[in-house]
Amino acid sequence: MAEGSKDQGGTGTADPEEDSPNMIVYRKIEDIVTRIQDEKAGGVAIRTVKSFLSKIPSVVSGADIVQWLMKNLSIEDPAEAIHLGSLIAAHGYIFPISDHVLTLKDDGTLYRFQSPYFWPSNCWEPENTDYAIYLCKRTMQNKARLELADYEAENLARLQRAFARKWEFIFMQAEAQVKIDRKKDKAERKILDSQERAFWDVHRPVPGCVNTTEMDIRKCRREKNPHRVKKSVYGVPDDGQSQPSPVHIGSQPTRKTTKEDVQKEITFLNIQLDRHCMKVSKVADSLMTYTEQFMEYDPFVSAVEPSNPWISDDTTFWDLEASREPTQQRVKKWGFSLDEALKDPAGRDQFLKFLESEFSSENLRFWLAVQDFKRRPLHEVPSRAQEIWQEFLAEGAPSSINLDSHSYERTSQNLKDPGRYSYEDAQEHIFKLMKSDSYARFLRSNIYQDLLLARKKSPICKCFVSFQVWDIKECINAKE
Amino acid sequence: MACQGLQKGETLESLKRESETLKKKLEEERNKLNDVELHQVAEKVEVLSALSIKTRRVLKGHGNKVLCMDWCKDKRRMVSSSQDGKVIVWDAFTLNKEHGVPLPCTWVLACAYAPLSGLDNKCSVIPLSLDKNENLAAKKKSVAMHTNYVSGCSFTNSDMQLLTSSGDGTCALWDVESGQLLQSFHGHTADVLSLDLAPSETGNTFVSGGCDMKANVWDMRSGQNIQSFESHESDINCVKYYPSGDAFASASDDATCRFYDLRADREVAVYQKDSIIFGASTCDFSLSGRLLFAGYNDYTINVWDVLKGTRATILFGHENRVSRVRVSPDGTALGSASWDSTLRVSWSFSTGSNYIFRFIKLLFWVNSRLVLEFTVAF
Repeated sequence: MAEGSKDQGGTGTADPEEDSPNMIVYRKIEDIVTRIQDEKAGGVAIRTVKSFLSKIPSVVSGADIVQWLMKNLSIEDPAEAIHLGSLIAAHGYIFPISDHVLTLKDDGTLYRFQSPYFWPSNCWEPENTDYAIYLCKRTMQNKARLELADYEAENLARLQRAFARKWEFIFMQAEAQVKIDRKKDKAERKILDSQERAFWDVHRPVPGCVNTTEMDIRKCRREKNPHRVKKSVYGVPDDGQSQPSPVHIGSQPTRKTTKEDVQKEITFLNIQLDRHCMKVSKVADSLMTYTEQFMEYDPFVSAVEPSNPWISDDTTFWDLEASREPTQQRVKKWGFSLDEALKDPAGRDQFLKFLESEFSSENLRFWLAVQDFKRRPLHEVPSRAQEIWQEFLAEGAPSSINLDSHSYERTSQNLKDPGRYSYEDAQEHIFKLMKSDSYARFLRSNIYQDLLLARKKSPICKCFVSFQVWDIKECINAKE
Repeated sequence: MACQGLQKGETLESLKRESETLKKKLEEERNKLNDVELHQVAEKVEVLSALSIKTRRVLKGHGNKVLCMDWCKDKRRMVSSSQDGKVIVWDAFTLNKEHGVPLPCTWVLACAYAPLSGLDNKCSVIPLSLDKNENLAAKKKSVAMHTNYVSGCSFTNSDMQLLTSSGDGTCALWDVESGQLLQSFHGHTADVLSLDLAPSETGNTFVSGGCDMKANVWDMRSGQNIQSFESHESDINCVKYYPSGDAFASASDDATCRFYDLRADREVAVYQKDSIIFGASTCDFSLSGRLLFAGYNDYTINVWDVLKGTRATILFGHENRVSRVRVSPDGTALGSASWDSTLRVSWSFSTGSNYIFRFIKLLFWVNSRLVLEFTVAF
């Protein structure tokens, strides 16, 4: 088996693959496996285990690996360490010596480390010819431990059909490999054979196992050297049949930064320097206040009334939300900010009702009209803009709103070429007005207070009984 | 005040130097405001009692990786898109598949549910195409026309406008009915992978994240880049606003999630662990913003305590990369999509106590404004 040097496909000194997302993970895993194998620096003991008539060289137990991971990566839960270890195995960095399925077990199961030659960071994309040579080679060696598994036998049969015409060539390559292998020392061969098998377990996984070589298609396109010749595992020269993957065609060359780009950057930075920012202590307080205020409404953190539909299979919670008869808890939210009140359709209704009772609903109706206006399809914009003007701003408008002269001027200018944001300034002004004036009064009003304290006009005592009976089984399951 | 750099004779080098000076100055100014860490201030906050979140629904039906999912406004329906070329609308509550829409292109990267629920289960999907002229939406409506794949899309509070992010490095706002481009957003120097609209009723901004490791905040009105954050060490796969709209979180291939505050104009928290080495592909906040759910390429979902910066719990279950997590609109459940071709729905069983109990709550409303609440636990 040819031991080649690292992938030399990249042009230039800097490997363009270095900071691709897969590489970042590979480097981290490689750091971990290197540390695990470093006995002097707190790694695990890699030893030869005696078994029946033979010796098993260079192995480590699963339990040892799990222990190491827990200690060195600050993992408290063994399940997490097993999960991480299994992923490291699934990517081909460690493997069980007697199983094709690459997972980590927290027991005496023996594992071996993969040779750096076969590491995924070498960007292997082995062809089926290589796989065919490998399977063929296996059948030539009369060793029980190298017998083909069912799925491998099926794969071999399929490859024989696919490569029928060049099977002689493949057969010859396999024979050559067997010859090379025979020259090696027995113990060394055991190790190399298992590593080779583990390599193929990654690139041709057992049916049903995750193929960890799959990449996120959005990131594939960024490979900078798509025409790199794929390296053969067994040194088979490329016969020109391999095509660059179609995903790579048309990947964009990176633009050089121009003077304009930097000028834009400078303008941007100057704007940022002029921006008034808040201290972290202040924003931290603000974030805490907001979150704490809403935690009673957060089903992941607090119980919801009457019950979380997903837990109890009872959709009352959703029905209540959809109804226009809000619960006290919901009404309380309207008092947090004008934004919250307007977010809730019931809140909007009540606020409108209050304003109508004061004969000052035009502000809110204007605000709502503009919100709706911004969401209209493009072709409706000009006509709707006019309608809003007529209703709220024109001379003698039926719902005349009180805009300051500056905003009024700006708005009437905007309307000469009406767009979705023509009323933006006006809307902002009206929102501020409502916030400082009518919203505060709304919160003090009877309409709001009655709902908040659930005062009902009827003298009848209402009794609302809610049962929350939790299934014991569920609770037991939840506890584990 | 630094010169505007528009004078003749300014070379690219001198402009770059000017830019570097300004960057350093900006960093200094911002650091003056960095008087404390968020998690230090959050020490006053009560510790979350042990969360018990379980997956109790597994939606099977896709034949290949599920790349995207979104919740319907009715809080129980979901739409999902998969590499098998299908878009499925599910009632996650009953596990029923309600619609299955096959699409001509198999690389469907993004889907979003139109906010008008109930009229017809309308959903639009923008599929990826390797051919630049082949962008489509369901009902054969061609809306977004980017020159590269469309990585994400979001309706802007109505189904009349669509905001998209693309591998061509731009974001764009479209009028759905006419297909016209309303505004484009330039500034990223590499693929834009994700975007999120500000949650406020009064806001007109959105945040985007991309392969240039930057998260940018944009003004939808002017197309201007208002703020930019660059602290990740690799691609930003997902950005999501904190519910108040004053901050946002990002998930990246550098195996961290980060939390940025817009008013302080800086990163205020990093969510990471030695044992988390795989990239985070997606994130979403719980309703109060106390929890951040993040899906990773190691098949897990880590749940972070946003304020304290610690991990609250970890969810196992998916058997391949988690491509998307979304909290339902009323915050009652978490939906997750994965390359294992399933979707899962999880929720919290704990409400402050790990004890098994049965309780009856009795609430009385009396017109004398007296509210009595009895909680009996036994």
